[in-house]
Amino acid sequence: MSTIEASPEVGHDEHGHDHDHPPFLAHHFDTPEQQFDSGKLGIWLFLVTEVLFFSGMFCAYAIFRALRPEVFEGCSQFLNTKLGAINTGVLLFSSLTMAWAVRCSQLEQHKGLVGTLAATLSCAMIFLGVKAIEYSHKWAMGLLPAGLFFYDPNNPHPTDHPNYLLFICIPFLIALAGVVIWLVLSLLTANRFHIAIAMPLTVVCLCFFVGVGLGAFLESGEESAEHLDGHADSDGLAGAAIVQSAESNAIAENAAAVAASGAMVPVDESVLEILSTDPTNSGVASGLSALEQQTAAAGTSTITGDGEVLGGITTTEVDVLTPTTAGVFFSIYYCMTGIHAIHILAGIGVLVWLLVRAVRRDFNRQYFGPVDYVGLYWHLVDLIWIYLFPLLYLIR
Amino acid sequence: MSAHAHSDDGHGKDGHDFAHPMSVQTLLAVFFALTFLTVITVAQASFDFGAFEVATVMFIATVKAVLVMAFFMHMIADKPFNAIIFIGSFVFVGLFVIFTLGDSMMTSGSFEPRVEELAPAVAEPMEVQVDGAP
Amino acid sequence: MTDTKHASSVSTEEVLYMSSGSLPSGSQVRDPGYPTPSENYLTNSKGILSWIFTLDHKRIGVMYLVGVTVAFGVAGLLALLIRLHLFQPSGMVFQGEEANNWYNQVFTLHGAIMVFLFIIPSVPAALGNFLVPVMLGAKDVAFPRLNLCSFYLWVFGALFFVSALCASGLDTGWTFYTPYSTTTDSSVILATSGAFILGFSSIFTGLNFIVTINTMRPPGMTWFRMPLFLWATYATSIIQVLATPVLGITLLLLIAERTMHIGIFDPEYNGDPVTFQHFFWFYSHPAVYIMILPAFGIISDLISVHSHKRIFGYRFIAYSSIAIALLGFLVWGHHMFTAGMSSLTTIIFSALTFTVSVPSAIKVFNWLATMYKGSISLTTPMCYALSFIFLFTIGGLTGLHLGTLATDMHLHDTYFVVAHFHYVMVGGTLVAFLGGVFHWWPKMFGRMYSEFGGRLSALLVFAGFNLTFLPQFVLGSRGMPRRYATYDPEFAALHQMSTYGSMLLGFGLLVALTVLLRSVGAFSFLGLARGKRAPANPWGGATLEWQCTSPPPFYNFERAPSVGDPYDFSDLEWEAEDERYVIVEPEREIVPEELPESAPAHAEDSV
Ligand code: HEM
Ligand SMILES: [Cu+2]
Repeated sequence: MSTIEASPEVGHDEHGHDHDHPPFLAHHFDTPEQQFDSGKLGIWLFLVTEVLFFSGMFCAYAIFRALRPEVFEGCSQFLNTKLGAINTGVLLFSSLTMAWAVRCSQLEQHKGLVGTLAATLSCAMIFLGVKAIEYSHKWAMGLLPAGLFFYDPNNPHPTDHPNYLLFICIPFLIALAGVVIWLVLSLLTANRFHIAIAMPLTVVCLCFFVGVGLGAFLESGEESAEHLDGHADSDGLAGAAIVQSAESNAIAENAAAVAASGAMVPVDESVLEILSTDPTNSGVASGLSALEQQTAAAGTSTITGDGEVLGGITTTEVDVLTPTTAGVFFSIYYCMTGIHAIHILAGIGVLVWLLVRAVRRDFNRQYFGPVDYVGLYWHLVDLIWIYLFPLLYLIR
Repeated sequence: MSAHAHSDDGHGKDGHDFAHPMSVQTLLAVFFALTFLTVITVAQASFDFGAFEVATVMFIATVKAVLVMAFFMHMIADKPFNAIIFIGSFVFVGLFVIFTLGDSMMTSGSFEPRVEELAPAVAEPMEVQVDGAP
Repeated sequence: MTDTKHASSVSTEEVLYMSSGSLPSGSQVRDPGYPTPSENYLTNSKGILSWIFTLDHKRIGVMYLVGVTVAFGVAGLLALLIRLHLFQPSGMVFQGEEANNWYNQVFTLHGAIMVFLFIIPSVPAALGNFLVPVMLGAKDVAFPRLNLCSFYLWVFGALFFVSALCASGLDTGWTFYTPYSTTTDSSVILATSGAFILGFSSIFTGLNFIVTINTMRPPGMTWFRMPLFLWATYATSIIQVLATPVLGITLLLLIAERTMHIGIFDPEYNGDPVTFQHFFWFYSHPAVYIMILPAFGIISDLISVHSHKRIFGYRFIAYSSIAIALLGFLVWGHHMFTAGMSSLTTIIFSALTFTVSVPSAIKVFNWLATMYKGSISLTTPMCYALSFIFLFTIGGLTGLHLGTLATDMHLHDTYFVVAHFHYVMVGGTLVAFLGGVFHWWPKMFGRMYSEFGGRLSALLVFAGFNLTFLPQFVLGSRGMPRRYATYDPEFAALHQMSTYGSMLLGFGLLVALTVLLRSVGAFSFLGLARGKRAPANPWGGATLEWQCTSPPPFYNFERAPSVGDPYDFSDLEWEAEDERYVIVEPEREIVPEELPESAPAHAEDSV
């Protein structure tokens, strides 16, 4: 528990404090503890704002999941559970090293502090590397937010797209090059301070590419399986990705259930057309066009003339793979993971700042606040991922 | 600063210390517990728990979150006030999500009508419209 | 309780001398005197850079004061333009094809600038920054750099608004409702980015104040010795920290909606505009309490000081601030009764809306009880405070008409709503802000203003305001919808009254500005003398800011001040020859009776 003890100094030394103020104590605080308590309360309040900030997206998620559960089930299959799980592990490990860094700073273990901070940074970079693979893969497939969504189940892997992965990697390549140059220069000038910073940072930047490699390796394993499945699917029906997983049985069952619950009632389109010409009946008009879209999206006709349904899985797909259904899922996916990734980037920024200060040995048992505060922030980012992972990747 | 002598009772020479270092064992134990729970969540996704699925997943995630908050974020050693405000924020998140989600579930269906909803909705007014049209 | 004053805490600068003249003999007088130029926070360092990079909360407060005044001026001129246009049923100012578009842009920018750039930062950021540490007896806010950062975020956000104005304007209304905001081709993205940044400015200010009040209290400053302005600021800060992030994410999603069509708010892509309204009002209803709570705090202090009577029901007022802050999160749905919520939700929100009015009413009753049998000085700040009570009561009570489901069906989106929120935001917040500025002006700038001019401005503002907005209640209840550029000629007379009123109101505000600027010598080139030098305690306030010089030294207090009851006026006496209040103590030997409390106050309640 908090130890509030009245140290005999406090209360007498406000006057002329400037000489017995240690250098790390800001002028308007009386004691290091007051400074620490203030910072700590401040960072907790900041975390509160972060929680409420993310709550908006969780709310959007809940609304749309409640509205169209089948969309979420179907689309979640496009997310690679292995990559998500690896990233979860990486973030958890980075949380461990971060908590360890706080311990090191409290015990004035300066070498350990630099090491654990560098480890945390490396994990952050691996995380981003894996994310780069996930994002570039989905962009190439057209699995994008509603307005940009162009996934075509008949041609899930179009080839005429820019190399997104390269685009993502370029800034990190530049950073790597910069750090390596810095390292070489500082080695040449034998500046030990700079070497001590540039060395871990080089490792950190390299870790991004470790992440990319890891992601590419896991993704390619997945992909070849997917292609196999796709070929096996001789109907040429859409959405090989949905059938791809080992649990396809469960999906099929479930989708069949959806179909059974009266999914495809015969619709007399001509009636609809008549109704939709009435300008007051814009709802029907848009419904009709939506229907057309869906039919178009389904590619090969899945609704036969007499209204029979060609099979459970297909039904789900018809509903699921349009910009206004799957697109919304991916909107939410990109908003949540994207803003989370931005937080990781911000975390990397402050961690680098801490690393420099740790090399400078700024921290001690009376002044470890910054490490502690950044640690709390970093754990919150991890905490959010702990929820994002099952909510996005593990929908059966 | 290096001038601070290490002393076992955690009290340096200028006043008392307010640091509460977590022991390495605790940190490692928490980490392994978290990894274990992650494995469980991934594994459970292969089984069909029906309606309980979301609940299971959220429960495991919450256990993980509590572990992170209590140990990695030092909440157990922190001032209770800090913990209260942080946990308190979830009350407001709850308010926000419950009202908004509840209202949304009671009113707006999908704006793009589902195919199966479209048919009966159309069948009713059809009579009226067709009659009145010419 | 009151007498924890220790001789040791009497600053060396304070003048202690035997009483003379109007004061009872045989007593000692305590007064900090005047600051030297090297102590005065306004003059202790010179040059524009010493302002741009200042970390002194008082200078930051002054910079905010200038900033919000400019924003208010701009938005005020836009308001006059709106009123002029509405002078004639077919519109007077904007003509031709684009008339309606112009009108939409003008009222939108008026609203957005007033809300995001003026009202929200007005009291908390401008007055709050100046006052919170001084009232608390602290040297500065907890995070001075973050404080400066908030100010620059405000400037940055303002620049975004200006650029939106210069690009293609904004015509969505300050509420940015979808689907219009996702389809219009005005600069929604620039404006929402601006509001997003301003949100962070507001969050950081709130965060700073919470931490300051929690951890920076000097010995003796317990929670219940805090002036009520600090309680109000604390409650406001809670809302700022809890609600503003939701605005942030809402605006961010809106930007994403416009750029990528994410389909969360946009019905064209399966989104739901009602969801946008939920998100928006989850912030914006609590935000109206960000606007009014600090005003409540100002009024509590003004009423008590200028009635020279202990505030009635201190704890009720303090707790009701916190209650309003928390209950304010439960009622946002009353802005959406007609938007298509489910009927169950509307009923719940309507019922909850009534609960918030309870703590507001508690405050009003306590203020009235404070004035009862007080010795009221009708100074300028008191005139504003009285006008606040009158106007806020009307504004708050009409809120109940709007919170009632059945009546709101009729009144929603009419001028009745416009009149309601102007009564609470202008009649409430702006008037309280002016009252606060007049009250603390001598402290901030060390000059007294012309009392006559001040009272005149209060009268003009009161008259002009009522003439402007009282007719709008009538207009609204007769069915005049808001946000229309033209109207049925049957409404012409009332609209014209309103336009005349707005000019009177504008004139009154100009008088107020002139009076204040003149007091610090802005018009000395016209031969208008500046005001008399302000004593440390011109009104007889008992809170700590009156115990340091006017203007305060840059370090606020050389040593932790002695903290007494903030509303105990018994040892304050009017000293006629110097026109100031002084603390009078029975003569006694200056020997510490007890040791000062050694633990800082924040240590005691480390819950
Ligand atoms: C005292 C209790 C209050 C109640 C019961 C109340 C109730 C309401 C209701 C029901 C509405 C919605 C009217 C409609 O759109 O049909 C409304 C609008 C509004 N209120 Fe209040 N209100 C109160 C106090 C305040 C305060 C203190 C402020 C600001 C300082 C405020 C600012 C506003 C604003 C700005 C709007 C209009 C928002 C817009 O649509 O642009 N209200 N109020
Ligand atoms: Cu409201």
